Amino acid sequence: MATLDTKFILHLADNALLLGHRNSEWTGHGPILEQDIAISNIALDLVGQARYFYQYAASEINLRHPARLETEDTLAYLRDARDFYNFLMVELPKGDWAVTTLRQFFFSCWQKLVLVKICADSDPQLSAIAQKSLKEINYHLQWSAEWIIRLGDGTDESRERLLAALDLLWTYTGEFFKGSAFYPPVLIMEEISEAWHSLVDSVFTEACLQQEFNNVLSKTRWMHSGGCDGLHTEHLGYLLAEMQFLQRAYPGCTW
Amino acid sequence: MSKDWPLFEVFIRSRQGLDHKHVGSLHAADAVMAIENARDVYTRRMEGVSIWVVESRYIHASDPGLSDQLFDPAADKIYRHPTFYDLPDELKHM
Repeated sequence: MATLDTKFILHLADNALLLGHRNSEWTGHGPILEQDIAISNIALDLVGQARYFYQYAASEINLRHPARLETEDTLAYLRDARDFYNFLMVELPKGDWAVTTLRQFFFSCWQKLVLVKICADSDPQLSAIAQKSLKEINYHLQWSAEWIIRLGDGTDESRERLLAALDLLWTYTGEFFKGSAFYPPVLIMEEISEAWHSLVDSVFTEACLQQEFNNVLSKTRWMHSGGCDGLHTEHLGYLLAEMQFLQRAYPGCTW
Repeated sequence: MSKDWPLFEVFIRSRQGLDHKHVGSLHAADAVMAIENARDVYTRRMEGVSIWVVESRYIHASDPGLSDQLFDPAADKIYRHPTFYDLPDELKHM
């Protein structure tokens, strides 16, 4: 069995943590109480998944580099932006409800397809984490897909907002299928890309936006990338400044 | 039409329970969303294994002003409780 690159575990962890953090920014600001709780639950699920990935990454890093003493907390709170390997999409500001739900939908689709493959792979620890996470991801996927349909097939305003979100987020989807040298061989990017596009297409069709979605697909557009190499948007620095402030200002602080 | 989402009553069956019990109410755009909202609001701490929702407007309630005539007359009908029978000793678990 090929040794799993710890950067890949960090990639999965960073994606989950940062999207969880972005979603958590809705807490107390949701459009309605019940959906405020729903998005906060999803945020908690993602942070929980990140914890499992970070714990595993820390034990692997420490095993391979005995001089280092990483923990889930040092990995989350004491790394700088250049050492984060998340997709650029998850670090973008939360935007309006359309941006938040569409991003969740895009990411959950990707996460599901990738983790299903990881489950079947031979790394037992990663496979166990993936299996546990998939139950949550299936719910995130259902919840976010329903919002895409509701917004797309809703009022003129909800439709406009969803299309604006599509326009904003689309150029960040290229990174999902670019892969990286640290990806395990079980992930075949063409396969994942095809499955992802067909899943997204079916939901946009149900949202009465098939034509608009085809228009987006037919335009060849420049795609953002760099997250897997630690090259990020300006937003990540601000996010980390807020998220890491306490541990940076009061090292080792607990409560 | 009201701009507010309709109100739904939520019933949850707990892991041990046989029947769904009323736990509260919430707003949702439709029944599908109501079940998801109920899952997110009322089962976060493993409270249940099954959810029912019903739009509150479909629940017909007795008139609180009529409780005198509806419920008070039962108060002195103690013979309706099966406590006046002599049971044979062989009968257990009654």
